[in-house]
Amino acid sequence: MSRIDTVFSQPKRKALVAYVTVGYPTVKSTLEIVPMLAECGCDIVELGIPFSDPLADGATIQEASFQALQAGVTPRTCLEVAEQIRRKTDVPLAFMTYYNPVLRYGLEAFCTACARAGVEGLIVPDLPPDESVDLDGAAQNHGLDLIFLLTPTSNNERIRLVVEKSRGFVYVVSLLGVTGARDSLPAGLGDFIGRIRNETAKPLCVGFGISTPDQAKQVGQLADGIIVGSRLVQLIRDDKLPYEKVTSFVRGLRLVLDK
Amino acid sequence: MKYSILPDSRGYYGQFGGKFVPETLMFALKELEEAYRDAQKDEDFQQKLNQLLNDYVGRPTPLYLAAKLTEQCGGAQVLLKREDLAHTGAHKINNAIGQGLLAVRMGKRRVIAETGAGQHGVAVATVCALFGLECVVYMGAEDIRRQSMNVFRMELLGADVHSVDSGSRTLKDAVNEAVRDWVTNVETTYYLLGSSVGPHPYPMLVRDFQSVIGRETREQILSSHGRLPDYIVACVGGGSNSIGIFFPFIDDEDVKLIGVEAEGQGVASGKHSASLSAGSPGVLHGAHSYLLQDDNGQISETHSIAPGLDYPGVSPEHSYYKDTGRVSYVTVNDREALEAFKLLTTTEGIIPALESAHAIAHVTRLAPELSRDTLVVVNLSGRGDKDLGIVNEVLTDE
Repeated sequence: MSRIDTVFSQPKRKALVAYVTVGYPTVKSTLEIVPMLAECGCDIVELGIPFSDPLADGATIQEASFQALQAGVTPRTCLEVAEQIRRKTDVPLAFMTYYNPVLRYGLEAFCTACARAGVEGLIVPDLPPDESVDLDGAAQNHGLDLIFLLTPTSNNERIRLVVEKSRGFVYVVSLLGVTGARDSLPAGLGDFIGRIRNETAKPLCVGFGISTPDQAKQVGQLADGIIVGSRLVQLIRDDKLPYEKVTSFVRGLRLVLDK
Repeated sequence: MKYSILPDSRGYYGQFGGKFVPETLMFALKELEEAYRDAQKDEDFQQKLNQLLNDYVGRPTPLYLAAKLTEQCGGAQVLLKREDLAHTGAHKINNAIGQGLLAVRMGKRRVIAETGAGQHGVAVATVCALFGLECVVYMGAEDIRRQSMNVFRMELLGADVHSVDSGSRTLKDAVNEAVRDWVTNVETTYYLLGSSVGPHPYPMLVRDFQSVIGRETREQILSSHGRLPDYIVACVGGGSNSIGIFFPFIDDEDVKLIGVEAEGQGVASGKHSASLSAGSPGVLHGAHSYLLQDDNGQISETHSIAPGLDYPGVSPEHSYYKDTGRVSYVTVNDREALEAFKLLTTTEGIIPALESAHAIAHVTRLAPELSRDTLVVVNLSGRGDKDLGIVNEVLTDE
């Protein structure tokens, strides 16, 4: 059982998954914030490795990626950051990035480095399972969970493919579109999750567009976990030690999920 | 070896191609491929396409023996495939008409596109006006500045031109933004990609719709000279005009094919767009292909005096032809392209697009080395009206 699997083995607990862009606004802030996220009730942290052309991301994460790259953050930086975080907390870590930086690093070398740094999972939004044979092989060699995404346009055939290939959990994209905070949840989310549930017992975590405790509560009733990204990145941008905005936001989410 | 059977069923040309896209689009790509395969078999669709290519675009475009340029070069006979004479002034219309018909067939009433030089954007805006479709064009802020006349043309045609301010603010960023729109509006929107790049089936679609250039060239040269050409030269940005003229000759190994990339201010300066000549394999915009990237897999910023060549990726099919050696790829820098631009203008009275001027520049190096009975065809992919501002700027600086 992987460290990510353990998260979902606790009955009734809804998982809270947080996304941060490594190095935004600074590497130091990422090192400070991630252990705090774990203390405030995050169950899994996604560490975003910035990429120059983040075509699945909205304005917030585009800007965070751009600034991190300007500051010189590389995949190697991110591996070092993960290793340092791992010394401070045992929260499961997953890298989220695009395929080209991983390919350039070398699939086997990257997975080796992830395992050594204490990273347990990989999320690569521009790598559907259809193209994942090579990375999946390398990930399995090193005990990494390769997490795939489902979207409202996935038909039943694709749902079956994605849930079969996905390890750790299935990343359910709530809406058609890119990452970013939204005012309301998309209509039909319950039906969409129901279609996936018919095909698998694997944990389902819903992300994209979740930014308020109210949304978190609603999604928590439908799925096994929620993923917050852009809203958190916005708060991180405007916050500093002791990160009261960030921690109170995360505690608020934890609270509604536990109710 | 038979190249013309590619891509394979997964959209690969050797190790290049594929579908590296967010899950949201996997369904749409499959739907597009099915609609295209159906349309290929539908005589009515083919007839409509051919009629529009003839009566609306003005095809076939001439294959013109450039006698004065030939004389100037002092070697091989140089023939120009006059895509600059196609409606809207470049080869881009061939693909826009084909995919526009496909959009209508699929019942999509909203069309989005990316554009660099603006030629593809103008072609798409034109087709949308003709078919009564809503049209949104994404264009980098830097390109909007460089190609303001084309922006005006698109707006006159009824398109909504969105300025893209992220990244290098050129074609690459316009593609990112178009993909973001598509991911959001995929159920109602047709993405009309303009070059032979992107996820399968786009490189195949664009190649097939552009192959009319090569098919006509073949017929025309067989009729005028009774044989195939010895060389075909075309510029390569994403690679659509070059693949269009090369593909109908791809299995004729005696026909030498040369793709000309933009060397900008020189490969050593880092300010260039020579993805095949100076890049390495990677994944950008949905396909595995050669691209310009740094050691960390971040995509490099590119430069060319020709906005249509200013792109860090290239067609997966060209990537495959590079590795197999079927096509040779060479480079021409900004200065050489500008010289060729002036040369063609003064010798033949034809003002070429700066993109096409790269191909002409290589011919001025190649033709003098060859004998008089050698036939060199150059794809003159577009006319240069859109570039007068850029050329004026450079000439004034001097």
